[in-house]
Amino acid sequence: MRALCWLGADGLGVREVPDPELRNSSDAIVRVRRSSTCGADLPLLGGRGPSLTVGDVLGHEFLGDVVEVGPGVRRHRVGDRVVVCAVVSCGSCWYCRQGRYACCDNGSTGTAVAEQAWGQPVGGCYGQPRSAGGFAGSHAEYVRVPYADVGAFAVPDPVDDDRAVFASDAVPTGWLGAELGEVCPGDVVAVWGAGAVGQMTAQAALLRGAARVVVIDRYPDRLRSAERHVGAETLDYRVTDVVAELRERSGGRGPDVCVEAVGMAWDGTGSRSLADLFAAAGRAGAVPDRPIAVREAVHACRKGGTVVVLGTFTGFVDTFPLGAVMHKGLTVRSSRQHGQRWIPMLLDRMARGEIDTGHLATHRLPLEQGAHGYDLFRERADGCLRAVFTP
Amino acid sequence: MGSGTRGARAVARTAGAMAAGAVAAVTAARALRGPGRANRSRTAGPDRGDRWQVVTVDRPPERVLPGGRRPEPLRRLGDGVDVALRPAPGGRGTELAARSAGGGPLTGPAAHLVGDDPGLLIRETLRQVKQLAETGELLRPDRSPLDGPARG
Ligand SMILES: NC(=O)c1ccc[n+]([C@@H]2O[C@H](COP(=O)([O-])OP(=O)(O)OC[C@H]3O[C@@H](n4cnc5c(N)ncnc54)[C@H](O)[C@@H]3O)[C@@H](O)[C@H]2O)c1
Ligand SMILES: [Zn+2]
Ligand SMILES: [Zn+2]
Repeated sequence: MRALCWLGADGLGVREVPDPELRNSSDAIVRVRRSSTCGADLPLLGGRGPSLTVGDVLGHEFLGDVVEVGPGVRRHRVGDRVVVCAVVSCGSCWYCRQGRYACCDNGSTGTAVAEQAWGQPVGGCYGQPRSAGGFAGSHAEYVRVPYADVGAFAVPDPVDDDRAVFASDAVPTGWLGAELGEVCPGDVVAVWGAGAVGQMTAQAALLRGAARVVVIDRYPDRLRSAERHVGAETLDYRVTDVVAELRERSGGRGPDVCVEAVGMAWDGTGSRSLADLFAAAGRAGAVPDRPIAVREAVHACRKGGTVVVLGTFTGFVDTFPLGAVMHKGLTVRSSRQHGQRWIPMLLDRMARGEIDTGHLATHRLPLEQGAHGYDLFRERADGCLRAVFTP
Repeated sequence: MGSGTRGARAVARTAGAMAAGAVAAVTAARALRGPGRANRSRTAGPDRGDRWQVVTVDRPPERVLPGGRRPEPLRRLGDGVDVALRPAPGGRGTELAARSAGGGPLTGPAAHLVGDDPGLLIRETLRQVKQLAETGELLRPDRSPLDGPARG
């Protein structure tokens, strides 16, 4: 089959790779209809976190048709149109039974890396470096879906492919952000990052009754998109003192809930603060991540408020404002998404038009143009919010 | 040093509780020694393989060691491994523990696999037992092109 592979110094390219096969009885094979870029791919391509091997297939946000099922699959049949949660979870360990699917004990085959980095294995994900996963990505004609009864969900007819694909990752991650923040009616919520994840967080916060939702970014087309399609207010952090502006818009209190949907500074953007320079001076070699937006969220948040970290960090960060966390009595929460818990509900809301994802797929491209799609997405060129591939 | 002593006491408590635990489904090839043995002083430093490795399995004890027998992944380690289990608190299933028998280095076929982390092989084995009990099979990675051509 054809798949978009990482080719080392040559970047990305479509190559012929072996078809996936059933490896466990609970597997399904899905023929991919749509597969999207995600912000989490960018640090991988930028060489941060565990490294890709030449030939690795990227992609974890996807939907398609079931074409083969293992003997243990009960809920799906050949021909089902399914969206698949980006996180791989077993559905039967203690964490899964608590609804904390991303913490699954049995979701990954690359447990050694997780154990070293984080002390515990965590749920798997498609399209990760082989050392950290075990499951090829979805930018391909076919993909193997382990624990298909747990992670794949039939898509209601009214939700078309270009919308439904985001029920895999961006929509449940946004829902997670609002849920971890315990957003209540009347809350003022600030969201850093106007990517698909930030926008879906803003939408979830509004659905939970937030009085004001302010989205922060530096790309005018992304900010306009958040205003027009989500109904959020926006701030351009290049031209605004974000913390001061948020204080003003929240009656001097600071937002009740501050959600970071940015992640690692994979592209070296963002100014170096005094704290960064101080931290870097003491150390040669590897540079830890700079949690610029997390810091700002901590400073902006009202006393006793909640800061939610949705962005992907793989290792250490420097200069975290622990003093502000302590003295303001903040709650800091973070997680990868537990899509298995919410996807059916989210698909229903999408079918009813309560959650709109129609504007996220700004660029629809054949898989053959995958490398170009990633260029657009990485550069945020031409208003690219998500490049979505059709194999 | 301090932490080494604390560590040793934790091992002692664990071993004691496991030896005397309500679920006495201990199938160690050699009987678990009591707290006295584990209470011996240890110097701080990397584990020498005498620490119990433990996983919590979200299933009752009889599903973890069916018929009181060791499932295949554990059998593969041979006789040189002590195994113990007890109910986990809070209804979280069963705590399954293993260590090389008597706290010595692993011997036999297992020995050459451990590298310089003697706990690694035992932890990996326990994780397999857990996964079999919880999901019925061991999750396999996708085939990699490096695996060579598929059969058939
Ligand atoms: N928790 C999860 O399960 C989960 C799931 C999916 C994605 N993620 C992570 O969420 C993050 C966002 O994902 P995405 O797909 O929307 O990414 P994206 O790359 O499309 O968007 C990130 C946005 O953050 C903006 N940004 C950068 N620095 C900023 C700053 N200092 N202040 C405000 N905005 C800033 C960028 O301009 C960009 O628009 C990524 O880190 C991704 O890895 C997490
Ligand atoms: Zn993602
Ligand atoms: Zn699980």
